[in-house]
Amino acid sequence: MTADATPALVEERQTAAGPRVRKRSAYPRYLAGKVAGAAVSLLAVLVTSFFLFRLIPGDPVKTMTGGRQVSAEQLAAYREEFGLDLPLWRQFTDYCGKALTGDFGTSYQFRTPVVDKITEALPNTLLLTGTAFVLYTALGIFLGTRSAWRRGGLGDRVNTGLALTLYSIPSFWLGLLLIIVLSVGIGPLPGLFPTGGMESGGEEGFAYVLDVAHHLVLPVVTLVAVEYGQTLLVTRSALLDEMGSDYLTTARAKGLRDDLVRRRHAVPNALLPTVTLIFINLGRTVAGVILVETVFSWPGLGGLFYQALSVPDLPLVQGLFFVFAAAVILMNTLADLVYPLLDPRVAR
Amino acid sequence: MTTSTGTAPSPRALARQRRRASVARFWRRYRAERAGLYGLAVLVLCALLALFAPVFVGSDVSSVTEAPGRPMQSPSAEFPLGTDQFGRDLLGLVIWGSRVSLLVGLLAAVLSVAIGTLIGVTAGHFKGWYATVMMRVTDWFLVMPTLVLAIALVTVMSRSLTTIVVAIGVTTWPTTARLVRAQTLAVETRPYIERAKALGGGHWHIMSRHVLPNVMPLVLAQTTLIISSAILAEATLAFLGLGDPTVVSWGGLLQDAREAGAVSAGDWWYLVPPGIAIAVVALAFTLCGRAVESVLNPRLGVSR
Repeated sequence: MTADATPALVEERQTAAGPRVRKRSAYPRYLAGKVAGAAVSLLAVLVTSFFLFRLIPGDPVKTMTGGRQVSAEQLAAYREEFGLDLPLWRQFTDYCGKALTGDFGTSYQFRTPVVDKITEALPNTLLLTGTAFVLYTALGIFLGTRSAWRRGGLGDRVNTGLALTLYSIPSFWLGLLLIIVLSVGIGPLPGLFPTGGMESGGEEGFAYVLDVAHHLVLPVVTLVAVEYGQTLLVTRSALLDEMGSDYLTTARAKGLRDDLVRRRHAVPNALLPTVTLIFINLGRTVAGVILVETVFSWPGLGGLFYQALSVPDLPLVQGLFFVFAAAVILMNTLADLVYPLLDPRVAR
Repeated sequence: MTTSTGTAPSPRALARQRRRASVARFWRRYRAERAGLYGLAVLVLCALLALFAPVFVGSDVSSVTEAPGRPMQSPSAEFPLGTDQFGRDLLGLVIWGSRVSLLVGLLAAVLSVAIGTLIGVTAGHFKGWYATVMMRVTDWFLVMPTLVLAIALVTVMSRSLTTIVVAIGVTTWPTTARLVRAQTLAVETRPYIERAKALGGGHWHIMSRHVLPNVMPLVLAQTTLIISSAILAEATLAFLGLGDPTVVSWGGLLQDAREAGAVSAGDWWYLVPPGIAIAVVALAFTLCGRAVESVLNPRLGVSR
């Protein structure tokens, strides 16, 4: 990432030996391997999402009609409408074929295509998750670096302690408490933020943006609070691993300021393992998003998942299951693809 | 090795003696970890409270029909934490709830670590296609959103504590499998494994007698860390209404509170205690796990 004297020397020697040619040819193969792996994972998710939800005891059509008295003809009609009258293997091939074109069937409770519900909610989730992800990653890396650099000091102890505590707090509980304290208001304290939802309605233009931002504050704070601890701890231990290294002693011996040694030499190297772990931990973030959206009635995928679960609305649960898993697999693959660009040793 | 009796001790006695010495060494190093000691103290306290809960509160504490108070009372001398929407004593419910939360957390973690250890050791010992397939499966589980998978499993099975234990257990094992496999690979390169093979030791003998004792410390640390996430997962599932509705647990209490409208009414006393209980126990297990980890691998230096 940064050019400094020592690695440049090493690089020169390697170029002379000729591995540079090999490196160029290694990346496409590495890339193909990772993409193929992701494709296999996605396929596995597809198969799992189909068979898992067929294991449910009971008749989905009965669930759909909610215990009302329905004639046998009507039940048969429902079965045909949702393709439940076909043999299991036909249902599976139909499901895979349709899923590949983005068709996940019709939601039992909303009577609209699952895809429509998902595309409707997706931007809201992306807004919430994206904002929180950027904030908690930045905060985690920043505090983790500080903590490791002054290891054992008061700042480190406070930082690590706070991170561990917040990490142990259930996200939904923190959300509920924030709603009580900051939205409903305790005693003389007035409610400062809306209790839920994404907009108050009736706003347009810039006022609308402000309104959404106002609604966004508490969910984002909750997510950041429960998620940044992990990034902090990962960054901290990655940097601690680097801190005994010889190249840092060399950098200091050159007379570089402490601050420069940290920013230019130690942190870029420590960030390498951190990047992988941040993306692996995205699975945990999905859990956080589901809970936070449920608690704050945020109209996103997580809230939709909760609604679908309470019915249970199988096609919707199935579709969302696929979307969540696919998103995490996609992000992990992306991290795998970017990683060799940060650390050329990987693709060799 | 140095016995004053003069006669050579039997190998078995020698092994026992060594094990005792290593446990003592472990405890001595663990005592130096202050955060780990606090965690351990809290855990002992919670375990005692959960074990002797029937002494403090009767088993009728969760009975809706024989509730002692009026609904939704704020904390008072009679009910230190107030009452819920049925007039049940919240302090009693929180204490009673610890039994389920701790039990589910423990069992789920044990199941998870058992699966992880089994897969990790076998994948490290048998190389070739078995290891490849197993690690592929592990990687797949590793990137799956754990909670989503657990939710899916709970939806599919009937609502019971067993379901929750199984759902958490079969979704959280991959990290353990990864760690144990790495350790197994490291152990298997040691000369005494080669010696055991040369003397005719089979796969089972090598895995159970040589590899397993060496990965056990790691497994112990991992169990402690996983219990804390299992407790959180149990609370989460219960909060989403996927728990067993007939038992009292901390997550279930929070769900009750939300459904009873405690949030919009600003009844903070209903929400605070179960959440604090979850956080304290989860934190205590995390602190213990990190202390064990840093005793076993001082280079990590996580807790200093």
